[in-house]
Amino acid sequence: MRRLDPFHAVAAACTLLVVAFIVVPLVEMIRQPTAADLKASILDADVRRAIWLSISTSGSAALISFIFGTPFAYLLARRDFPGKRLVESIVDLPIMIPHPVIGIAILSLAGRQHWIGRLAADLGVRVMGSVTGIVIVLTFVGLPFYINTVKNGIEAIPQRLENVSRSLGATAFGTFWRVTFPLAWRSVVVGMILCTARAVSEFGAVVIVAYHPMIAPVMIYERFTAYGLRYSQPVAVWLIGVCLVLFFLLRWLNPPAGRTRA
Amino acid sequence: MIRVENLSVRLPGFALDGVSFRVAPGEFFTILGPTGAGKTLILESIAGMVPIDGGRIRIDGRDVTELPPERRGIGIVYQDHALFPHLSVSRNIRYGLRYRAKAAEGDDRLQHLVERLGLKPLLNRGVSHLSGGERQRVALARALVVAPKILLLDEPLSALDPNFREEIRDLLKSLHRETGITVLMVTHDFAEAHFLAARTAVIIAGRIEQVGSVAEVFNRPVSPAVAAFVGMKNIFEARFEGDTARTGPLTMALARSVPPGSRFVAVRPEDVQLDADAPGAANNHFAGQVTRLDHQGVFCEVRVSCEGMVWQTIVPTGRLMQQGLSEGDTVRLHVPPGKIHVM
Repeated sequence: MRRLDPFHAVAAACTLLVVAFIVVPLVEMIRQPTAADLKASILDADVRRAIWLSISTSGSAALISFIFGTPFAYLLARRDFPGKRLVESIVDLPIMIPHPVIGIAILSLAGRQHWIGRLAADLGVRVMGSVTGIVIVLTFVGLPFYINTVKNGIEAIPQRLENVSRSLGATAFGTFWRVTFPLAWRSVVVGMILCTARAVSEFGAVVIVAYHPMIAPVMIYERFTAYGLRYSQPVAVWLIGVCLVLFFLLRWLNPPAGRTRA
Repeated sequence: MIRVENLSVRLPGFALDGVSFRVAPGEFFTILGPTGAGKTLILESIAGMVPIDGGRIRIDGRDVTELPPERRGIGIVYQDHALFPHLSVSRNIRYGLRYRAKAAEGDDRLQHLVERLGLKPLLNRGVSHLSGGERQRVALARALVVAPKILLLDEPLSALDPNFREEIRDLLKSLHRETGITVLMVTHDFAEAHFLAARTAVIIAGRIEQVGSVAEVFNRPVSPAVAAFVGMKNIFEARFEGDTARTGPLTMALARSVPPGSRFVAVRPEDVQLDADAPGAANNHFAGQVTRLDHQGVFCEVRVSCEGMVWQTIVPTGRLMQQGLSEGDTVRLHVPPGKIHVM
């Protein structure tokens, strides 16, 4: 047998360590609750409501990102304009800001003391402690993931295809619709999944804007602080189940390079 | 007809500057230049795909400078074919038909092109497994089916295997003859331009150096850069006195007196004769040493140093072997006065 190169040995050891670091806590958390606990937990209407609220608000965030983020991503991928770097950094800001700060920032806009808050209130839109507030927060944290993914996807499409389409008579929008969008479709789906996954996992910003209605992470936190580990684990397991489904969907739609279907 | 007037495009690190030329109706015109000279940028400016910084572009007399690409009536075929990877061959070809008013005519043209380009067996296939030649034929059909006023070809032969290259080259020539469409092709290959086009513009580093018939550019380049590009490999700075030229240590007789302002002499390697046993010191015979032999198959490139000036010539490999020429041998070069180009 060929001798293992020392560098490769170190790399393999690191790989094992990292995988274990990620998998062991998760496996333990899934293993510890009994089947009865899990069953009881999913039969609890509050739990189901919280998980559904998590998924539906995260999905809405992804949908909003899709609608507003797609043309934006196209612009970033295809056009150079003054201040483009700045705009790109602004898009990345939500990834870097501490989550509670995001919640506080949004609240400072939503209150009566700000004209936007007053305008929203006059229109009957409530942000604090509402589904609307949750969706706003989740869109805020999820958008960068959508925009960056789709931007990269569009950048990978040769611009010559769009040029040819224009020369054949298609307008800019027609070209986007018939060439760019179908070719970027996979990255659009992946972007929406990433955005949803990011939104599902948000806690810090949501808990400030809307403790109620309760999304799953808030419920897990509440059960943990009020009743302890045993009561929070089953809800967490169900939430992880949802995340895993999202994860596999992502892998399935986006096979690693080199194994792409022709 | 295409008329480009004073076109300028400025990009970071590159600029097209004051580019002007005219392509007559039905003409096959080439823009010739080395890689990176700005050829594709000219095509994309004409097609309306890059913002331009100055100048006007007219197509069939109409100023299209401000028009979006879809309203210019231009077909474009790229070197890499740019087929839509998510569409079948048939859908690729039909892509532009919906934007042209007369559907029946479009269908007729489609039938004709599919037949003419031999695409029938490919129609339902995806484009990813087509050969280079097949892809180029699909790209041509897709561009021509909408009956563009002009066809732009961006190095259409460069990415092809040699056997496909000949096929597509012949096809381009006959398609042009059959359709009478105005064609503007860019290429870095002089032989392609020679085969396909009557007139050409030579562009070097973003500037048009010379416009004229292919023969004119080939025989009478106006600058050392153009001369080098069309294969005049022996280019020397010279001082002229009457009908002689002095280049370094050599004095050469010329066939005719030179126009004022001339600064260079240039000679094609195939016009430089290698006479190992030529008699006497007749005009333009120079003794020199063979410094290098580069075998190119049927021909061999020979470099000969005459008092420090290196000349390049071409000798049939057969003759080379007969003479048993090798590096270091002393030979005599003959540069016929009639073959010396002055610029």
